[in-house]
Amino acid sequence: MSVTTAPARPTSEPVAFTQARLPRLAPVLVGVVAVAAAALPVLLLDWGLVAWALVAGLVHLVALPAWARVVEGPRGAADRMVTGLVWAACLVAIVPLVSLLYTVVDRGMAAISSTFLTYSMYRTDLDQEVGIYHALVGTLLITLGAAVISVPIGIMAAIYLIEYGKGSRLARWITFLVDVMTGIPSIVAGLFAFSLFILLFGPATRLGIGGSVALSLLMIPVVVRSTEEMLRLVPADLREASYALGVPKWRTIVKVVLPTALGGIVTGVTLAIARVVGETAPLLLIAGLTTRTNFNLFSERMTTLPVLIYTQNANPGIAETPGGTPPGIAIAWGGALVLILIVMMLNLVARIIGAIFAPKTGH
Amino acid sequence: MNRTSFRKLLAPSAAALALSISLTACGASNEAGAESGGDSSETGGLSGDLNGAGASSQEKAQGAWATGFQGLNDGNVTVNYDPVGSGDGRTNFIEGGVSFAGSDSYLTDDEGELSAAKERCGGEDPIEVPAYVSPIAVAFNLEGVDSLNLDADTIAQIFDNKITTWNDPAIADQNPDAELPDLAITPVHRSDDSGTTKNFTDYLGKASDSWSYEAEDAFPVKGGEAAEGTSGVISAVSGGTGTIGYADESQVGDLSVVSVKVGEEYVAPSTEGAAKVVETSPAAEGRADVDMAVDIDRTTTEPGAYPVVLLSYLIACQTYEDQAEADLVQGYLSYIVSDEGQAAASEEAGSAPLSASVAEKAQSIVDAISAG
Amino acid sequence: MRYHVATIAADQRTGPARLGDRVFSATALAAGIAILLALAGVFVFLAIEGVPGLAKPAEFYGDATSFWGYVAPLLFGTVLAAVIALIVAVPLAWGIALVVSHYAPKSIATPIAYVIDLLAAVPSVVFGLWGISVLARQLQPGYVWLDENMGWLPFFAGPASGTGRTILTAGLVLAIMILPIITAISREVFSQTPRLHEEAALALGATRWEMIRMAVFPYARSGMVSAVMLGLGRALGETMAVAMVLSAGGGISLNLISSSNPASIASNIASNYKEGTPGKIQVLIATGLVLFLVTFLVNFAARWVVTRNERKLTR
Repeated sequence: MSVTTAPARPTSEPVAFTQARLPRLAPVLVGVVAVAAAALPVLLLDWGLVAWALVAGLVHLVALPAWARVVEGPRGAADRMVTGLVWAACLVAIVPLVSLLYTVVDRGMAAISSTFLTYSMYRTDLDQEVGIYHALVGTLLITLGAAVISVPIGIMAAIYLIEYGKGSRLARWITFLVDVMTGIPSIVAGLFAFSLFILLFGPATRLGIGGSVALSLLMIPVVVRSTEEMLRLVPADLREASYALGVPKWRTIVKVVLPTALGGIVTGVTLAIARVVGETAPLLLIAGLTTRTNFNLFSERMTTLPVLIYTQNANPGIAETPGGTPPGIAIAWGGALVLILIVMMLNLVARIIGAIFAPKTGH
Repeated sequence: MNRTSFRKLLAPSAAALALSISLTACGASNEAGAESGGDSSETGGLSGDLNGAGASSQEKAQGAWATGFQGLNDGNVTVNYDPVGSGDGRTNFIEGGVSFAGSDSYLTDDEGELSAAKERCGGEDPIEVPAYVSPIAVAFNLEGVDSLNLDADTIAQIFDNKITTWNDPAIADQNPDAELPDLAITPVHRSDDSGTTKNFTDYLGKASDSWSYEAEDAFPVKGGEAAEGTSGVISAVSGGTGTIGYADESQVGDLSVVSVKVGEEYVAPSTEGAAKVVETSPAAEGRADVDMAVDIDRTTTEPGAYPVVLLSYLIACQTYEDQAEADLVQGYLSYIVSDEGQAAASEEAGSAPLSASVAEKAQSIVDAISAG
Repeated sequence: MRYHVATIAADQRTGPARLGDRVFSATALAAGIAILLALAGVFVFLAIEGVPGLAKPAEFYGDATSFWGYVAPLLFGTVLAAVIALIVAVPLAWGIALVVSHYAPKSIATPIAYVIDLLAAVPSVVFGLWGISVLARQLQPGYVWLDENMGWLPFFAGPASGTGRTILTAGLVLAIMILPIITAISREVFSQTPRLHEEAALALGATRWEMIRMAVFPYARSGMVSAVMLGLGRALGETMAVAMVLSAGGGISLNLISSSNPASIASNIASNYKEGTPGKIQVLIATGLVLFLVTFLVNFAARWVVTRNERKLTR
């Protein structure tokens, strides 16, 4: 785990007039030494590769700042230390991600085929093949519905909080309550939406749009919070310049403030979608489960991928060969892989939109 | 600032919308044939949607039944079953949200559910027929031991944390041939409420003297290893060492299972043994003619019977206001209790087909479902 | 409030020409009020359905005799798992956010950001499956080691779980789940730091870390707190992953590595909702109400701390 610092941006390289500095290749050098030093106890005590990487990482984290302390003094040492720590954080976070993705791809790939993606689970004979098409459609539509409800409300509410109601008691309460909303357990949101729709439309109500409503309860706080933070960071100079040109406030917000914050807002919305696209509990209650493909959010049951994954995993059926994988387990992992791919694609599209429309600034 | 207009955003949004609309145009490949084959006079002749909800234990079997029933009616019927759990299923049924419910325990008046169900069915007694019988296996993971013989007392003490090592004399006496290690026993139970737990604890309570707890959906003993769902228990038992747990027999896979003492013999879990115990168990007291609720005889001495079973019911009304709904419920429930339906569930979900006498009685009850 | 003057100036220009302004601000206000109403709706729903659950006969509460005895271990489990998750996730998330915004060159930063965002895309059910089948099994030998070598600490008192499905594992799964949200928001606010502030700090001879401490953190403080609060909310309310990973059923205990752990409120609702009778469900919803109030209090406390800090800074 030899951590190498990336070459810093030339503009932010502190220019040292008087201070001594470590040579540029110092991190690499210490890395090599750390790996070699770690090999000694690892080989002696017969530890594994993981332990080697850990020990080498730790040695590097300690040795580089120590050297820097001698040559550059305590401030330089602190700087080296933090650099090492943030890069270590990155590596540590990537380990579970890789393990997770590997698990999902490894177990999910086997299930994926053209029938898996284009067939629903509607069968008239037990020997027929099944697929997840109906759940794919359900997930896309219900999530789209949730986004259509929560993105405008969320962004407009954030605009109110930052541009209009700043400092007012109402705005303070809204900000506070939005934070509280983030802690609503998803199943409570589902129960709420379920009770609401039963109350309004009778006990037999199972609607895709009900799922969208439940999900938007979970999405709104993420959209509001992230948008609010991004709007807060739009420099006041930009607004003032626009006002000075006689542009009305609302046009200033639409033409100047929102575009400036667009990158962050898009990230927030993507996060919010990713947050809810995998929800199970609320959707099972209000959107139900069906084997057929349903394109209408406003009528009848709709299956979504997470619900399908959950139910297939809970009742996987029996394997065709003794000791083999039960069919439900294969469907569950295949569905999980597809779900991750969908969100990945959404993320990519959002980033592209963000990159195209965000104004080009120094960053 | 470059000139950024939100109008520009319209283009990709419109494209996305167009994409989703074009997606809307094509249904799932496998449904196309079924949808267009509209000639409904041939076989079952029914059409429309039938909705049910309830026990998740029945989900896979419901899938098999729905498939068979849809086939009988040429794909003009869709059966939807929401596996929301027995409690929610019963509530949905009582509120009129679904036409039938699946439940791991029969209706009682402890919280007024039986009366409420009667009210929902226009004052007539609700129908309860057994539909899904599954043997519950006591599965364990112990290196070098492939099978164990245990009586109810020993199993109860293991799950009550009274017997804590595998070489305990109580276990060793019943298994003279097994090489039992000096290893701690880790009992694994369900962390979620389930009919499986209720039936298992009911068995322990009735068949042994050492179990002092009531039969409950939630596992009554505090502490110990707990896991969510059947798959969670299986995963925990196979992932640990010296573990023992209870789960549907069809799901235990490679794990070794305990043979349970019935009378003087040790019986391994089997679908036949499960069906047999349901057949020989007495009906619950004070129930209507159309209500086949039984109190499983956990202390049976019938040879070959396996008393650790989960029995799951279908709950429906005798009459429905709507003719189409009545026809669908009648047709579907008749199919479920038929030999064909039971065989389909056995193939898909590993359940025990109902024995002939039970199936016959159930058939006569559900055949009488009508509109009125 | 740096653009006070401009705001007032803009507000003063009223008249028929500013119809658009009025419509726009009314819409924004309506959106804010819609959120208030939605939350009030949830609260009223919880209160109506849950309050009867506060005073049921003792048999509804399992081992406990009263509602508070029933909810206390759940509350403890919820908070404990969330605290573990925050302790692990927050420093990691800020570290990664700094790498993306300030340390790595753009060609590395963009992929890192994308990869971390990927974590957000993984559904809870999959986290649950992975937690049981991979993480718990990997960690189990570690728990045995902790039990043997650090058993004198109350956290590692043991006996170590045989399957690794402990509250520490659940906390780690939660940490991985909340990592992307904290990282993404922190990284956005870090990268919004005005370039001038940063360069001014560097020009004064600050090292990169000193620049970050003096220019980036103060600017981003509010956003960093928001990010943590969003992560905390997710950790408190997460349902499925905890229900699947955690071996629940124990009482209040600081022991992090044994197999009897307190469940969390949300996972307990999910586990027991399915087979619940109407009375039992009222009890479960009442626990949801408690979680709601706890979230309320935690946010209240956090907000109070932040405002106090901000006042100190402006002085």
